[in-house]
Amino acid sequence: MLEIRWHGRGGQGAKTVALLLADAALSAGKNVQAFPEYGPERMGAPVQSFNRIDDGRIPMHCSIKSPDVVVVLDPTLMATVKVTAGLKPGGTLLVNTSFAPGEIKKQTGFGGRVCTVDASRISEETIGRRIPNTPMLGALAKVTGVLDFEAMMDDTRQKLAKKFAHRPEVIEGNLESMRRAAQEVKST
Amino acid sequence: MSKLVSAQTGNEAMAYAMKQVNPDVVAAYPITPATEIVQIFAQYVADGDVKTEFVAVESEHSAMSACIGSAAAGARTMTGTSSQGLALMYEMCYIAAGLRLPIVMADVNRALSAPINIHCDHSDTMGMRDAGWIHLFSENAQEAYDNMIQAVRIAEHADVQLPTLVTTDGFIISHGMENVEHLADERVQKFIGEYQPQYSILNVGKPITVGALNLQDYYFEHRRALADAQAAALPVIKQIGEEFGKESGRAYGLVEGYQLDDAEYAVVALGSTCGTAKVVIDSLRAKGEKAGLLKIRSFRPFPKDEVVQALKKVKFAAVLDRSDTLGGYGGPVFTEVRSALYGEASKPPVAGFIYGLGGREIDMEMIEELFRLMKSGEVKPDSVQYLGVRE
Repeated sequence: MLEIRWHGRGGQGAKTVALLLADAALSAGKNVQAFPEYGPERMGAPVQSFNRIDDGRIPMHCSIKSPDVVVVLDPTLMATVKVTAGLKPGGTLLVNTSFAPGEIKKQTGFGGRVCTVDASRISEETIGRRIPNTPMLGALAKVTGVLDFEAMMDDTRQKLAKKFAHRPEVIEGNLESMRRAAQEVKST
Repeated sequence: MSKLVSAQTGNEAMAYAMKQVNPDVVAAYPITPATEIVQIFAQYVADGDVKTEFVAVESEHSAMSACIGSAAAGARTMTGTSSQGLALMYEMCYIAAGLRLPIVMADVNRALSAPINIHCDHSDTMGMRDAGWIHLFSENAQEAYDNMIQAVRIAEHADVQLPTLVTTDGFIISHGMENVEHLADERVQKFIGEYQPQYSILNVGKPITVGALNLQDYYFEHRRALADAQAAALPVIKQIGEEFGKESGRAYGLVEGYQLDDAEYAVVALGSTCGTAKVVIDSLRAKGEKAGLLKIRSFRPFPKDEVVQALKKVKFAAVLDRSDTLGGYGGPVFTEVRSALYGEASKPPVAGFIYGLGGREIDMEMIEELFRLMKSGEVKPDSVQYLGVRE
């Protein structure tokens, strides 16, 4: 089973991206869970969301304490939130930042694999706004190999087409951001 | 036949079941964490996906009142609520049961104030324990969907004629997305059938009185009939659960035993905690420990015989309650289970554990610890403890 924890700030799409990933994984024939942590909800406050993905059934309904992968949507969180808490020693830390993976490795002291991608810049260039969640989904798919990348793109295209039927430019921008992030993500 | 699977939250699954049921009337008022059920269903109405008359009301008390009027008129009627909303309905809920109106309610379990809390426990539903409704608890989003469909048949069954509520655990299930397999619309319609009410205030050819005064002369007989209807619901819930199994591949009973046949130690629980317990039991079994789970699906009517049968061979059972009776001896599930076992010649010792109030986490380590306590003899028979609270 693959367990993922997303860190973001309220409004950055941490919940939405967990749901998007679950949907794509389900389309790939997996069993999935996606659930946010519901605390006091407000824009800008640190929030978390979670995914479980497995070939077998996923019966448990408790929180994820030792994830395989941690994804950080907002690097400024790392000053106040210990994003590596519970992360498996051999796990993966994926951060939206302009810094190189080695820098983040030094900063966090995390001994496992560290990956970075400047998803905020990519989303500005492709979507026109700082919405790092979809590019980070692209980077995640690339670094974990949890899903076939092209199949995930197809699925996401369908999901976005439903959600943004009246704003097709949003769809292409998001897909392009995922492709760019998958190309640009760097790993230790 | 290809399977219809989608990733849905518990709320989405319940709203989708309501869409496929396509009831005549839905009257509801939004409340966290059940708001989405009402919101999504209202969208189905606005989009013309259902023929339902949606009654937007000003409170839950009015929602249940409108449901009572609608059901008395012979309409297939549904609603959804949670916590304080359910509490505001209580007065009318007793009336819905007393009038034998087969209303179906989606009920998302959430703690009651004070202090204010929006997270899961079963206090809201347990306040309805003696209201005369049927209570079906759901472990996950799939069961929430399946139970909503079955609830329509159970509530409307000629031997039952009782309002029925289907629960999910707030946020844990209501807002957690999982794989949910659906039946096609026409199969749901075929399964529930067309509603033909036995009585309706609109049937002028067969006039009836609804809400009549019963004093010392008949009140007792009517309440006794309500108890009989609850008893009659036991075989009906089982039979409809089996029929649903033939239709969907997912059969349901009054209770579900997991690794219970040869279990030495068992936990008894309701709702989403059962799924977490199953994973713990799998890992204990892999180590050769005979651990098992008794999941109670139908809390009302309480399936006494099934519970006794399921537990009679275990050496010890820990009964988990996600609500408290405050001044009673143990939580509602504990008192029921212990009472059911009391008259048996051969029965296991049981202990009660109150846990998870206001959404307090219950994790796998906590459940594993319960099995360790039972096995080591550190938990006293008949004791009641609080699990995961700061003392």
